[in-house]
Amino acid sequence: MSDNIVEINDLSFGYNGRLIHKGINMVFPRGKVIAIMGGSGSGKTTLLRLIGGQLRPVEGKVTVDNEIVHEQSRDGIYRLRRKMGMLFQFGALFTDLSVFENVAFPIREHTNLPESMIRDFVLLKLNAVGLRGAHNLMPTELSGGMSRRVALARAVALDPAIIMYDEPFAGLDPISMGVICNLIRRLNDALGATSIVVTHDVHEMFSIADYVYFVSDGRVVAEGTPQELKNSTAPFVHQFVHGEADGPVPFHYPAPDFKSELFRGYDV
Amino acid sequence: MFDRIGKALSGTGHRIIDRIWRFGSAARMFVYVLLSSADSFKRIRIVTKEIYSTGVLSLVIILVSAFFVGMVLALQGYNTLQKYGSSEAIGVLVALALVRELGPVVTALLFAGRAGTAITAEIGLMKTTEQLSAMEMMAVSPISRVIAPRFWAGVISMPILAALFSMVGILGGYLVAVPIIGVDSGAFWSQMQANVDFRDDIVNGIIKSVVFGVACSMIALFEGYDAPPTAEGVSRATTRTVVNSSLAVLGLDFILTSFMIHT
Amino acid sequence: MERTTMDLWVGIFAALGAAAILGLAMKVGNLTSSSIGETYTVTAAFENVGSLKPKAPVKSAGVVVGRVDKIQFDPKTYEALVTLKVDKRYPFPKDTFASIYTAGLLGEQYIGLEAGGDESNLKNGDKIKHTQDAVVLEKMISQFLYNKASDTKPSESTDTK
Repeated sequence: MSDNIVEINDLSFGYNGRLIHKGINMVFPRGKVIAIMGGSGSGKTTLLRLIGGQLRPVEGKVTVDNEIVHEQSRDGIYRLRRKMGMLFQFGALFTDLSVFENVAFPIREHTNLPESMIRDFVLLKLNAVGLRGAHNLMPTELSGGMSRRVALARAVALDPAIIMYDEPFAGLDPISMGVICNLIRRLNDALGATSIVVTHDVHEMFSIADYVYFVSDGRVVAEGTPQELKNSTAPFVHQFVHGEADGPVPFHYPAPDFKSELFRGYDV
Repeated sequence: MFDRIGKALSGTGHRIIDRIWRFGSAARMFVYVLLSSADSFKRIRIVTKEIYSTGVLSLVIILVSAFFVGMVLALQGYNTLQKYGSSEAIGVLVALALVRELGPVVTALLFAGRAGTAITAEIGLMKTTEQLSAMEMMAVSPISRVIAPRFWAGVISMPILAALFSMVGILGGYLVAVPIIGVDSGAFWSQMQANVDFRDDIVNGIIKSVVFGVACSMIALFEGYDAPPTAEGVSRATTRTVVNSSLAVLGLDFILTSFMIHT
Repeated sequence: MERTTMDLWVGIFAALGAAAILGLAMKVGNLTSSSIGETYTVTAAFENVGSLKPKAPVKSAGVVVGRVDKIQFDPKTYEALVTLKVDKRYPFPKDTFASIYTAGLLGEQYIGLEAGGDESNLKNGDKIKHTQDAVVLEKMISQFLYNKASDTKPSESTDTK
């Protein structure tokens, strides 16, 4: 039980009666890097928000450090979130603050450390992502990869036990991708944290993940270590891992028969 | 035919219900803002920063407009008053018009256009780029860290801007009335002093501008916070800020004035 | 560095605002001129106050010496009872004459005090006995016509008590 820092049990979630998740079960053991993969729009990001307590499940529960998230009060959720760090899809840096102040933000908000100590902390974190020299820049002056790294430094500023990544590779060039990929693994091991990575970049993720969940149509369709999944013959996994256009996930959005639509005329 | 009428009616109904819904959410947010205000006053620095961007940066437009409004008032007033041989009353006219109505109202309208839209766009963009979400995930409440300081900055800035508007407007009126038209300077000021009451006119004007400050800041913040996280959503929210703020200011002005004029 | 200049601007902004409010109060408003420090209260009964309003000035020899505090109706005598607050620096004799005048033809109405020759002065709570009502235009016109019609009748003097 306590080996898993996060557990998701029979979780269902949706908006206005339309379910996005239909009974999901996942466990996230301490110290591991776990990937949640799936096509665009399969509700992967929503899962992270459910773990962070920003959304309430319709059914089932999410447990973080043996506490059920949606049963917590506001203060309880804030207490849980202080154990978490989250990297948003495009970094979500505060555009009115400098790189330094962005990383200092959580430290300033949650501690009463003296300025000199905050400075040391921030520079340490920025050094870990290789951007100590950029601490005076504003977020608008950074490239996509750099701002992702600053956001990562901010996410780990308070040494969280859980680090969540929402599409950390989206829109990055191969070099930046490799950099972020290495950082995820290195920070995880250095901090003794647990990383939950939501992504659809198979190759990067398979190289660093300890365990992978495949999500499709609101369900976990496959899980296992990267090695197991590479050799999997399950059609969905095969299509995803090898990036084939058509398969169990159809190329076409559900539509009426093309021929009948073409000849339907204007009598509607 | 009936189908179409039915559709139009239900459309209107939906829109009205939506309005009421949004008003309710705005009211709830207002309560949250008030509840978390103690937190933001502990970090007065943040409020100072927001006063700078809402108040100080609005100074130029407010002062220039005030100057012109005052000059126009003096010209128009003189044109009418001289027919009745009481052109010395021009000072009273300019001062009362500015202190009672134009100062608070025009300041609030300009504020909605200058600072209100900036606030809405900023909050909307912070939402779109997930900065508010990020803040929440860092266990920092966006209401107390982002919304409340901007709210109080607006409430503090508005009466200051309105007072400056009135003062500069009166100076503008003076410049037209005394050196250009040739009204006696002493009569200008003394008539003004004899007829402008501190409590009934000046304090009431300040009360008005405080109320407008609450309304304009709250509308701007709510529209930004409530905006759909898309480029179109933010731009529409910005438009709504101007429209709703203007309507709220003019409506509230009528209500407040009817309370204040009781004799 | 940037923060201090910003703070400076906010400071200037606040100071300007305070100066504007002070300026409005002192230069534009009547905070200085109407700051009649210590006052004493006297009352005066009129049969007709016209359009006199509370806060209207009380003048003597054209100088503002006080303000009308309130105007009430006395149901026993069917008269208007006007309470005046007069500046303590200006004592008036007991037989002071209070009349309601109009500033200009259509201007606002005010109370004029004309000092009598009595030795003792009005005290707080005293009542001014000699008053003259407001001139009501309609009354004056009808009286004028009435007088014209019957020249033999002695013209009624305006009401004094």
